[in-house]
Amino acid sequence: MAETTTQTPGLPGADRASQILHQARTVMDDLHLGPVQRWKAAHPGGLAIGYMPIYVPRPLFEAIGCLPVTIFGGGDQVDIIRGDSYFQSYICHIPRSTIELGLNGHLNCLDGMVFPSLCDVIRNLGGMWKMLFPDRWSSYLDLPQNFALHLGGKFYAQELKRIARELHERGAKAYDPEALREAIRHENRRRLAINVLDNLRRTEPWRLPTSDMYVLLRAGGLMPALEHAQMLEEFADAVRARPARPFDNVRVVLVGAFCEQPPLDLIRTLEKSGCDIVDDDLQLGLRYIESAIDDTTSDPLEALANSFIQYGAATASRYIGTAEKGAALLEKVQATKADGVVFAAASFCDPALLDQPMLEAALERNGVPFTAFKFSENTGQFQVIREQAGAFSDSVKLWGTVQ
Amino acid sequence: MSTALPVRNRPPVSLRPATAKDSSQDRQKQMIADHYEKLAHAKENGQKVVYTFVPGNLTELLQALDLLPVLPEINALQSGMRQKSAGYIAEAEKAGHSEDVCTYVKCDIGMLKSGNFGPTGTKLPEPDLLLLSYTGCFTFLKWFELLREEYKCPVVMLHVPYQPDGVISPEMREYVVNQLRDEVIPALERLSGKKLDMDKLKYHLDLSRQAEDDLVKVWESAKHKPSPIDGYFGGVYYIGPIFTSFRGSQDAVDYYRELRGECEARILRNEGPQTPDGLMGEQRYRLVVEGPPNWTSFPDFWRMFAKEGAVVVASTYTRVGGLYDTGFRHDSSQPLETMANYCLGCYTNLGLPTRVDLLERYIREYEADGFLINSVKSCNSFSAGQLLMLRQLEQRTGVPGGFIESDLVDPRYFSKANIENRLQSYFQMIDARRLRVSA
Ligand code: SF4
Ligand code: SF4
Repeated sequence: MAETTTQTPGLPGADRASQILHQARTVMDDLHLGPVQRWKAAHPGGLAIGYMPIYVPRPLFEAIGCLPVTIFGGGDQVDIIRGDSYFQSYICHIPRSTIELGLNGHLNCLDGMVFPSLCDVIRNLGGMWKMLFPDRWSSYLDLPQNFALHLGGKFYAQELKRIARELHERGAKAYDPEALREAIRHENRRRLAINVLDNLRRTEPWRLPTSDMYVLLRAGGLMPALEHAQMLEEFADAVRARPARPFDNVRVVLVGAFCEQPPLDLIRTLEKSGCDIVDDDLQLGLRYIESAIDDTTSDPLEALANSFIQYGAATASRYIGTAEKGAALLEKVQATKADGVVFAAASFCDPALLDQPMLEAALERNGVPFTAFKFSENTGQFQVIREQAGAFSDSVKLWGTVQ
Repeated sequence: MSTALPVRNRPPVSLRPATAKDSSQDRQKQMIADHYEKLAHAKENGQKVVYTFVPGNLTELLQALDLLPVLPEINALQSGMRQKSAGYIAEAEKAGHSEDVCTYVKCDIGMLKSGNFGPTGTKLPEPDLLLLSYTGCFTFLKWFELLREEYKCPVVMLHVPYQPDGVISPEMREYVVNQLRDEVIPALERLSGKKLDMDKLKYHLDLSRQAEDDLVKVWESAKHKPSPIDGYFGGVYYIGPIFTSFRGSQDAVDYYRELRGECEARILRNEGPQTPDGLMGEQRYRLVVEGPPNWTSFPDFWRMFAKEGAVVVASTYTRVGGLYDTGFRHDSSQPLETMANYCLGCYTNLGLPTRVDLLERYIREYEADGFLINSVKSCNSFSAGQLLMLRQLEQRTGVPGGFIESDLVDPRYFSKANIENRLQSYFQMIDARRLRVSA
């Protein structure tokens, strides 16, 4: 079992790492977007722009004086009263809770919303948003599926210019290459800080369980990159300094939860069942670009667009044209020395569930054990998952495979 | 929105025997049979086979390069109609495909695993290339990733940007044109072993335009009362040639000319459309329908409408493979741009507000008494957001909206009694509104 010597968070006397975690948890749980409201108060004229998973090029927004804000629905904290009447039973949960948040005013501090081309549900949710909130700016963001720089890259750069132009018309600053270079530098610093923590989680998972890492990253979706990077850097120092006891758990990669997020308790349930999650695609948006973005070029907008083309993570929403399906997952399993893979997809999630059989086949061909279950963001019962994950970890520990 | 009302007992409308058989039907059957015959002998004749999708299909291009298309969606719907889909879906689910995802994909995978026998019972040739026209449906990406795993053949993809606001920007068009020029056409040329002859492509694009003109006349004939066509149940037959392998062929031109003539003749005779049990008599309800039909119980589904005298005057499903009645026609003077415009304009590639506008237009122009949404479990592209579309349309038009749920090819999600009850309640709602309006 993963365990840290956490003192009561937030109280005087708690260690610094726990205090930071507590702050991050407060940000993450604030469905009224208090931190965003405070950012707006501190940045008169600044626009807060919400966006749905997985990825938008955050530095572009920061460069024009906007705060990009990740919206992950209402999780397990929101009673769905009106949202359900907009969606059939066979559609995943995140659009319901997002509509609920929109209708009950939780997102009123946002000046706009972006709906990236993740799947047809998010795409159509963008259309619904336009009809439900016609007075607020919102935009679809068509991420390219053609990965040639002169084709998809060019189209994507034009998309980014359009977004910048439309936001400028609504009060954002005009696009300025120097401001974008600066924003890219901040994003690169954040990316580096995440890498440092990821490495720590891999080498000493008992010191930094994924449930903590998750909270830290989730908070970052509501913060400017620089502020978040500083928070992560401080946390990395603090968490190394606090005592922790090693445990002999099974190391797993968690796959499929890139959009609708499982309840935090579900992640903890996996950990309590003997799984050290050494990699995951929760909060993939902040890790989507798997390399530093060029912050020296004369055309940083092109660099930002090209980073998506060249260094975008292999995930279910990204078309894999020529590479072998599952190769990226296998690499990850090897790089993290994982013993197996846990597939956790949101119920009715087309991208994850259509992708999964191909990934499973790749794992099977390579003798990597895996287990799979589905969840919903408001799942409240974890017993079955606990048993399944427990049986998986026991089996892998004893036999190195699933019996 | 439809609410549960007591089931009423109104006598079904009587159907009349057809006065003249539609010879276009026979023509279409022959065209399809010939195509599958060609496919059956493709390998021995050295003809290359390209699997591709209905929305955003590039049939003229394939024809210009003498390539033979196979459309997995059509195989899936045919499997549904032939009662094979349940078995195929079970096969795919047994192999690890989730019960939550699109059943077209699972039906296709199951068919493949069961020997890949097509609708005519002959084995379909394996693809030499997968032409992934990513138009209006995310599942397409995954579908061909899955098929690539099975067939180990090359894939060429065409990313068609979505039209969130119903506007094709120059950048969107340029992106598609550039992909066609730099990637799609070279890949198809390599496969066929010949250079694309632009004149030949233009010739096929001209034929497309001719057929499209006639198809639009067929759709518009439903403005007449009584409507000579059913624009949904009959409409899915009418779109057969133009949505699949025949757009751009002389066969398609002849088919649509003949079909148009048949519709015009029915107007002169004041006749309604064919139904599974004869010619439709009294037309009590003129409906606009959104969403794909169910294929596994297609005749039963149709009968539920026909016996109530409900005729569908316009539908959106019949626009997924090309939206022509808002003005688009293939234009041979700009071959690549016109193919781009076609792909960009397919119905499911349009944002929800544009879809609502189109439905509103149909309701008004076709003087519909109501509109009905058949929400299919498989298809997030169609279904996500339909409940809001329903509300918006009711608000804008004042005509009653109905909502039923089923699936394309998974019979587990077609509940005859449930749908029938809902339809009965819905028709009663239209009756009640008529009474209110006339009072
Ligand atoms: S959970 Fe899956 S299907 Fe639902 S919105 Fe997210 S990516 Fe789309
Ligand atoms: S999701 Fe809808 S459009 Fe896409 S393949 Fe399935 S049925 Fe067709």
